[in-house]
Amino acid sequence: MAFTREQIAERAAKEIPSGCVVNLGIGLPTLVASYLRDDQEVWLHSENGLLGTGPFPYEGEEDPQIINAGKQTVTILPGGSCFDSAMSFSMIRGGHIDMAFLGAMQVSMSGDLANWSIPGGKTMGIGGAMDLSSGCRQVIALTTHQSKKGEPKLVSECTFPLTAKGVVSRVITDLAVLDIAGSGFRLVELGPGVTRQELEAATGAPILDAAT
Amino acid sequence: MIVGRHANKVKDSVAEALQGVGDGATIAVGGFGLCGNPEALIRGVVACGAKDLHIVSNNAGNMGKGLAQWLQAGIVGRVTCSYIGNNEDLQRMMKSGEVTVNLVPQGTLVERLRAAGAGIAGFYTPTGVGTVVAEGKEVKEFHGKEFLLEEALPVDFALLRARKADSFGNLRFWRTAQNYMPIMATAAETAIAEVEELLPLGGIDPDDVHLPGIFVHRIAVVAEHEDPFEYKTSRKRD
Repeated sequence: MAFTREQIAERAAKEIPSGCVVNLGIGLPTLVASYLRDDQEVWLHSENGLLGTGPFPYEGEEDPQIINAGKQTVTILPGGSCFDSAMSFSMIRGGHIDMAFLGAMQVSMSGDLANWSIPGGKTMGIGGAMDLSSGCRQVIALTTHQSKKGEPKLVSECTFPLTAKGVVSRVITDLAVLDIAGSGFRLVELGPGVTRQELEAATGAPILDAAT
Repeated sequence: MIVGRHANKVKDSVAEALQGVGDGATIAVGGFGLCGNPEALIRGVVACGAKDLHIVSNNAGNMGKGLAQWLQAGIVGRVTCSYIGNNEDLQRMMKSGEVTVNLVPQGTLVERLRAAGAGIAGFYTPTGVGTVVAEGKEVKEFHGKEFLLEEALPVDFALLRARKADSFGNLRFWRTAQNYMPIMATAAETAIAEVEELLPLGGIDPDDVHLPGIFVHRIAVVAEHEDPFEYKTSRKRD
């Protein structure tokens, strides 16, 4: 059982209070856009220089010069704006973006994030990840609980090159929703059909009881 | 002796606009991936024969297109960029050591260019603290938080693409093709713009100018572009 990719995205969308400006990272986080409700007034920021990112265009209406940070063709909602990269990163570093949902290769129990390079693997590059994770007011990591090799991604200390230190506040995975608690990950919600024992076995750090 | 650089900016050809681009030049190229690339100027640099170039750009092309053409032509010695992704040419040449790659966080890359253009030698940023990006750099605490010292990144040339220009070089960009363009122009000794449409002076309302012409030195009019899609995503009509 557990959460599917779509359910992770749907669960993540529920985290966003109305009136927020949000940046969605490449990959799984991008799916969050599909689950925003109409009554949730959320403005999506794309770090290549767009605020008010809309859904994918209708077939035949794609413009190669209207893209998101994943270089996918998108639309611009009424009220949207385009700007240069320096302005875009002023929004990010200056603390004007309320929330960022980012992918992760490793997250530590103290909130360190590693999501840009695996030692010995292919280096994709840093892109906006370091600025987003250190500049946005709240960072939530969305990821599968374990790597394709079955190794835990939620760990006591990251071994991969860091993206930023102590920035993640919550992690949403296929197995659970967990908060960063310093001495472990505090359980907020188990995925459908997932047991506490399964969660503990798949996690490389202590699981703490939900706050009462 | 001051030499006026703001007359006769509109050139007859791409080759003329690229005059002086030589071996070892540091060239900032606007675009985000393949979005908004100055395609004719990129081709023109290959044709002009300059080599051992230092690219400053968010990416260095993809799918064999854009700046990947410089990589394939073997005219690049160094790349300063923020993202490589699936650019196979760069992945291969980085691995073989043919090209030196300096990865810079995206916001730091654009701010280093902005600083160069604004006469600022360096700045303290929170981005990269506690990561490999901080290695060898000064870390200073302000109000209880750590920041890294990053230095300005001036360039010899900036290659830009704009939707509209007037003959002074005032530019307007289109949608997310704006990206690094105006900032790179400010950081360059010589900024060269490839524009889709040239208007007479006054053709752009003063309030609608995205980049003032003081930052643009040469203009080449290029009406047609390939504008390849990197990831063409769409939805079906209901």
